[in-house]
Parts: sequence; structure tokens; C-alpha cells
Amino acid sequence: MEPWEEDGPEVVKRFMYVNRKAPYGTIYALECLEVVLITAAFDQDTSVVFVDDGVYQLKKNQQTEGIGMKNFSNTYRALDDYDVEKIYVEQASLDARGLTADDLIIPVEVVTTENLREIMAQQDVVISS
Amino acid sequence: MNQPMKFGILINEGPFTHQASDSALRFAEAAIAKGHKIARVFFYNDGVNNANKLSEPQSDDRDLVSLWSELGKEHDIDLVVCIAAALRRGIKDEVLKDGFRISGLGQLVEAGIENDRLVVFGD
Amino acid sequence: MSTMLHLINRSPFDAPALESCLRLAQAGSSVLLIEDGVYAALGKAAHAAAIGERMDDLKFYVLGPDVAARGLEDKPLIDGISVIDYGGFVDLVVEHEVTQSWM
Repeated sequence: MEPWEEDGPEVVKRFMYVNRKAPYGTIYALECLEVVLITAAFDQDTSVVFVDDGVYQLKKNQQTEGIGMKNFSNTYRALDDYDVEKIYVEQASLDARGLTADDLIIPVEVVTTENLREIMAQQDVVISS
Repeated sequence: MNQPMKFGILINEGPFTHQASDSALRFAEAAIAKGHKIARVFFYNDGVNNANKLSEPQSDDRDLVSLWSELGKEHDIDLVVCIAAALRRGIKDEVLKDGFRISGLGQLVEAGIENDRLVVFGD
Repeated sequence: MSTMLHLINRSPFDAPALESCLRLAQAGSSVLLIEDGVYAALGKAAHAAAIGERMDDLKFYVLGPDVAARGLEDKPLIDGISVIDYGGFVDLVVEHEVTQSWM
């Protein structure tokens, strides 16, 4: 056995997905959501973070008929069904964009920058897109 | 020297619009040179275009599709192209460079679980 | 707490990646500037002050090949930023438990 072959697949790691991009203008938000839902199926300790323009992904009342693209914002509601309960939004990112938690399509934990620093420092795998 | 580790790499951009795939390749080569193992490279988003054998760069340009294919074969790297992202972009088995395979997003999660480090290259 | 390596690959004039990283990086972390992220390393450029403010509690690195490719080897970098090559990049990933890319 090679030295890198020691870990078995039964490991549970802390996965954090960092969303920093707005939806529709680019595909990153949609494809990141697809990974999050898959990760949850692997029974990992999954956290999802929305900072910077990523908070726009959760804006409620998205109506995409006029741009011909699929409105995937309702899919965020499925996070709860997949037992993804650690959903964090940075207060400063909301404030900078004139948004509040009431503007968001799902209930989230709004955290301070200091809280988020600590949460980010407790992960095993960080995936951003 | 550090203990040998095994790495997973995620590439989110194609071979030409962004530097991501170039950076990842240089990183992988440097890691291998130091005795580490690149266990899997997962290609997602426009990164799936790195597997397109129909790509024909100009003769004085680097050919990332071939470079990944060769590195993968030489060092037993599992080059996995995300099926959902690939189908959207017309990347199918018919156009897949040898050394790459198409599989599900679970392979990315597995790369995060099973490797010591996962490094993301994108834009 | 995991030791973290933060990767910045966007120009600070184009994207808030560096700014957000500096806001959210835990003390003791390292920051590596690659690709267009290297423009933040210039000593006389607009982001030197923001990096300088965290020079005491973060370590800063810049990828030399990306600096050279952009014609910046003749420009002074911010004092305290270490220039590394791809091998050094690998070492940093090994030395830190988690790598976070700010794309």
C-alpha cells in the first residue's frame, strides 16, 4: 500500500461551499448548487456560505421568463430536504447590497464577519466556484 | 522534504479563456516532481472542455488537452469529466481524449473525501 | 482550527476576491497571489496599504512565474511578500491543512 492510500471512504469531512457569484450572469451559481446537493447525498458535514455577490443567489422573487433561463432559485429550498442545514450568509455582504434576511428565499443563519472567519477556519475541504 | 501526500484537483475553466488549466497543470507537475500523488483531476463547469480531442491549438501554442492526457497516463491520474457539465457543452465519449473518463459529480466529492488536499483552479 | 492557504487569482482592480479574503482570513493563515492576483503585490499600487494592514497576522506569497509573465519583475513588490515558484506553491498546500480559492 502506498503512503497516500491509508484513508478509507468511511471518513466524514467538513465540506464548505463558498458562493461568491451572482446567478444568471454566469453559470457558477447553478453548477455549485448541483455539487452541494450531491455532497449532501454522501453524508458529509456540509456547510454552504453566501458572501459578496453570492447573496444575490438567494434573493426571493426571481422571475426569469423574460431572459429565457431556468429559474433555479427554488432549488435552494431543497437544501433542507437534503439535510443541509448549515447555511450562512455574511451580514456585511447583505448590508453592502441593501438586502436583509427578509429578502432571501430560504431561512439562513446571518453571521458577522468575525463569526464567518471562525466557521471558515473549521473546514476540511473548501470548494468555491 | 514533506511527507508524500495525495491531491485532488478541481478545474473549473476551459483551456483557453482562462489560465486556470495551465496553473493546475504546472501545479500537478511540481507536486509529482516532489514525490506527491495527483490522484484525481475533476473537470467541471467549462473545465470539461479540457477533455475535447477535437481542440486544435495553433502549432506554436501549448496543447492542454494533450498535456493533461499525457500527464494522466504517465502518472496514473484519474482524469474525470463531470457528466452533467459535459453534456451541456457537447462533450461526449465520441470527442473525449484518451485518458479522460466521464462520470458523475460524486467523483468530485469523493476526491475531497479521499485525498489529503483538494485544490481548486478557476476564475 | 485548520491552517489555511488562501489562493487569489483575480486582479484586485477587477474583482473583490482579495478584499474579501483579507476581511475573512483568520489570523495565522497564508495568502498566495497567482495569475492576475499578482497585480496586488506591486509595492506602489493601490492595494499595498490593505495588504500592509494584515502583514502582521497573515503571511503573503506571490507566484514568481506569474509575476515574470506579466512583465513585473522590474517593479518593486510590497515588502514582506515572498516570491515562490510552483514547487513552493505545492509546499504551501502541503503545509496548510486546507486550501481555499477565492475565485
